[in-house]
Amino acid sequence: MTIGKKLWIIILIKLFIIFLIFRLFFFHDFLKSRFNTDQERGSHVRDELIKRQK
Amino acid sequence: MIESIDLSLVDWSRAQFALTAIYHWLFVPLTLGLSVLVAIMESIYVKTGNPEWKKITKFWMTLFGINFAIGVATGIILEFEFGTNWSNYSWFVGDIFGAPLAIEGIMAFFLESTFIAVMFFGWNKVSKGFHLASSWLTAIGANLSALWILVANAWMQNPVGMKFNPETTRNEMTNFWDVLFSPVAVNKFLHTISSGYVLAAIFVLGVSAWFLIKKRDTQFAVKSIFVASVFGLITSLLLAFTGDGSAYQVTQKQPMKLAAMEGLYHGKTGAGLVAIGLLDPSKKTGDGKEAFIFKVEFPKLLSFLGYRSPDAFVPGVEDILNGGYKPEYNSIPESEKEVALSAEQKIIRGRLALSALSTYKQAKNDHNAARADSAENLLRQHYAYFGYAYLNNVESIVPNVPLTFYSFHVMVILGLYFILLFIVVLIYINTHRLEKSRWLLWLSIFTIPLAYIASEAGWIVAEMGRQPWVIQDLLPTMAAVSRIDASAVQITFWLFAVVFTVLLIAEVMIMVKQIKIGPKNGGTR
Repeated sequence: MTIGKKLWIIILIKLFIIFLIFRLFFFHDFLKSRFNTDQERGSHVRDELIKRQK
Repeated sequence: MIESIDLSLVDWSRAQFALTAIYHWLFVPLTLGLSVLVAIMESIYVKTGNPEWKKITKFWMTLFGINFAIGVATGIILEFEFGTNWSNYSWFVGDIFGAPLAIEGIMAFFLESTFIAVMFFGWNKVSKGFHLASSWLTAIGANLSALWILVANAWMQNPVGMKFNPETTRNEMTNFWDVLFSPVAVNKFLHTISSGYVLAAIFVLGVSAWFLIKKRDTQFAVKSIFVASVFGLITSLLLAFTGDGSAYQVTQKQPMKLAAMEGLYHGKTGAGLVAIGLLDPSKKTGDGKEAFIFKVEFPKLLSFLGYRSPDAFVPGVEDILNGGYKPEYNSIPESEKEVALSAEQKIIRGRLALSALSTYKQAKNDHNAARADSAENLLRQHYAYFGYAYLNNVESIVPNVPLTFYSFHVMVILGLYFILLFIVVLIYINTHRLEKSRWLLWLSIFTIPLAYIASEAGWIVAEMGRQPWVIQDLLPTMAAVSRIDASAVQITFWLFAVVFTVLLIAEVMIMVKQIKIGPKNGGTR
């Protein structure tokens, strides 16, 4: 196998793992998946910042 | 109501980000530096017409391609982590990050990915001039990508050019140029790309030295070493110069980081710069014990480098905690121009700001515009200390001093060694002694991992030295994380560790194989 083919295979496997496994199954955008509008997201973060102390 | 956050969640989220960033940074510096070196070598080929330089260029381009292919997109995972693990932070930074990263994607990445195709596949298909231009544009694209990411990181270290909007709970960019040309951003960019250039030069030097030890392709090796050493020496000096610039900015904007970098607990007028030292591992803040078991320092040099005055007062960890000293610089909040506030005073102001945000929210819910305006004014008055509201213990603002100190000194000592190495190599080339000096060739090979250690150490200083802050003074890590289960973060931490380790092993194996093939036919079969 040429070096070029080898690298393309690595790239494709890596992109598959990153975008189709990590992104889909493990890395949901926290705010986008829980809230529908920017106003709701902003309110949530504001509430979290107000509530959140050690 | 006060709701605490699981500290193991904070620690795992930090650990995951650190793991991803450290692995990503194994690939990036070589891409940054080798892209420029390859473009330089190709320029020599086009200028001289000597086919030996084409062979040399193609060999290093192959290694560049391997590193690029395996490293590309490892950084995108950091962006995923922003959205999942650091949602409060992602929202809070607002469009400060959005603009630079959007420009990075549209401009830099497209530039790089378009011309990289010509660079790899365009030999003998396009003119020499067009191919050379493509190589340079690939290098420029790669470095421009670094610019925008580093502008974003610089903003975290020194937030400027923005105004906090309590309605949206976001920092909104008010001046793009303040963000882009902040002195912290300019120094950070130049220092970081220089570090990539030095690493790549050492890589070329070390790999070429192996060929000389094996007495293979000696003409290729000597030519490569010469170009790499000249490039490495120039960029090492640039690295030192910009490192000084970065430390000058840190002195003003992040004095606690500087104190940690130098293991300075008690401030001094005419403070010395520690050249080498051993910290007492039992030392705790406020215990009155000496911080060092031993140290060697250059008198007054820290004051001079930090404030351009050999007799300036450099505050130590305890001075910054206790306040009460007169700051030597001007780029500080108005409230601190005469006397530095103590951490306790900053916590009080931070809590006023946070309380004002809560009052603002309530006033808006009650449709009480006057009360909302008053709350907003109070918030703005104390916004510079917003992040202190989350700290119950003043010592929370002290980063890990030993880690920061040793990382900084490892980085600087190795940086000085690299300058010396390039000088010695150039002298040996000039006096035709290089090929026979096996000790120097082996030293060059063993310097390759040292370049990576120095490079990573620099990031440890930058990022561990700013703890507990995600955004200096405005948002600590415990307020920045998403409220998710720590076990989810642990799972992905270990997944990344496995995937990145596999990628790293693959890269090393493929690189070693290509190096052994050598520059015949440009290093490809």
